[in-house]
Amino acid sequence: MDTAAYIASGTLELYVFGLLTEEENKEVHDLALQHTEIAGEILDIEKAVINLSYAVSPKLSSANYERIREQLIEKHSTGVVPLQPKQNNIVLYIGWAAAVVFMLGFGYQYMKYNEATEQVRTYSAKSSKYEQLLAKSEKNNIAKDQALAVLRDSENTIIKLEGQQAAPQAYAQVYMNKTNKEIYVDVAGLPEAPEGKVYQVWALKLDPLTPTSIGIIDNKNADGSVFKMENYDGPQAFGITLEPTGGSKAPTMAQLYTLGKV
Amino acid sequence: MTQEELLAQIYKKDGKAFTTLYDMYAKSLYGVIFNILKDKEESEDLLQEVFVKIWKNIDSYNEGKGRFFTWILNIARNASIDKLRSKSHNNSKKNLSSDNFVHILDHNTSVTNRIDAIGIKEFINKLKPKCIKLIDLLFFKGYTQQEASEELEIPLGTVKTQNRNCINELRNILSV
Repeated sequence: MDTAAYIASGTLELYVFGLLTEEENKEVHDLALQHTEIAGEILDIEKAVINLSYAVSPKLSSANYERIREQLIEKHSTGVVPLQPKQNNIVLYIGWAAAVVFMLGFGYQYMKYNEATEQVRTYSAKSSKYEQLLAKSEKNNIAKDQALAVLRDSENTIIKLEGQQAAPQAYAQVYMNKTNKEIYVDVAGLPEAPEGKVYQVWALKLDPLTPTSIGIIDNKNADGSVFKMENYDGPQAFGITLEPTGGSKAPTMAQLYTLGKV
Repeated sequence: MTQEELLAQIYKKDGKAFTTLYDMYAKSLYGVIFNILKDKEESEDLLQEVFVKIWKNIDSYNEGKGRFFTWILNIARNASIDKLRSKSHNNSKKNLSSDNFVHILDHNTSVTNRIDAIGIKEFINKLKPKCIKLIDLLFFKGYTQQEASEELEIPLGTVKTQNRNCINELRNILSV
């Protein structure tokens, strides 16, 4: 084959310009593989037109490179253009979000813990207050039960003490057990003792008149109104006087509130 | 970098393949596109479309179809002509012929390109006016020999050899 004549025909220029048919292209390609002169000529023609088109091109800013590269990464990633590890940002955000949620949760739990501790403290304070109230209430109940037992006891003799000159409206009752000689006094009908004063209960023998103290009532309201007195055998009368705190050895007759005969 | 080395990078799915492709051919393709559209912004957009098309179809290329540059030149030329037609220019080939790459140099007078343009203009002006027209139609605009012969009113049988002579002139000027 006359390669020089083939080159001179101008077919190789049309080959580089892309103006040949598919069949003609195949033919030139095969000839180029067989003849290095043809292959070299093709490269030179190509170099000439690449240079020409390069030379007449307006300035192409580097922004275009980035723009096209991004476009390829976004839409037509074939694996050739490496993907940027964009997920890292998302992972980072999730990490921070988790940390914030954790801190908020921790803070909330700490707040709840403090609240709970405070409540426990309040409840235990209330509880001890209720315990005190309950103890007091039980004590009252016992006192009332005892009073009731005294009132119900059929062995008792009831002695009414009438109001005297010092307190005409006042009254009291004495319960005296015939069998065991116990003596109870109900002072519900007495007025409140003034500050610094107490009621003193006396058992009396009438002939000759001999008063014997059988007890002092210094806290009438707190402990109910029925009080157990000291045992006394064979009283003939009972009297209650108002005395200074601590009681007196002998009754102050001017302050005799109530008096009653057995 | 030769075509074979570029293709090896592409087939190996080398991360640098796109950069190599762009560096080798982007400016030349831009020159071809701009020679047809005559609008820088439009040409930049189309260059992007052309590269996407090349990248998308790169698996369909093989060397039996011709030179790789020829393959991408065809994509660029066809996309440019389609674009021009879509802009309601009827009878596109006649419109294409109204201007050639020498006139681009006259319009292309931004400060950065001016000196370059004058240098290039000088060497292109060494080409015969007939060669400028012939290369413009056959290479830049993809005219067939028949169309070029009609456009330039030269005998069909001489188009191929006249073009050969013009390219030889260009190669002499460029020392290729």
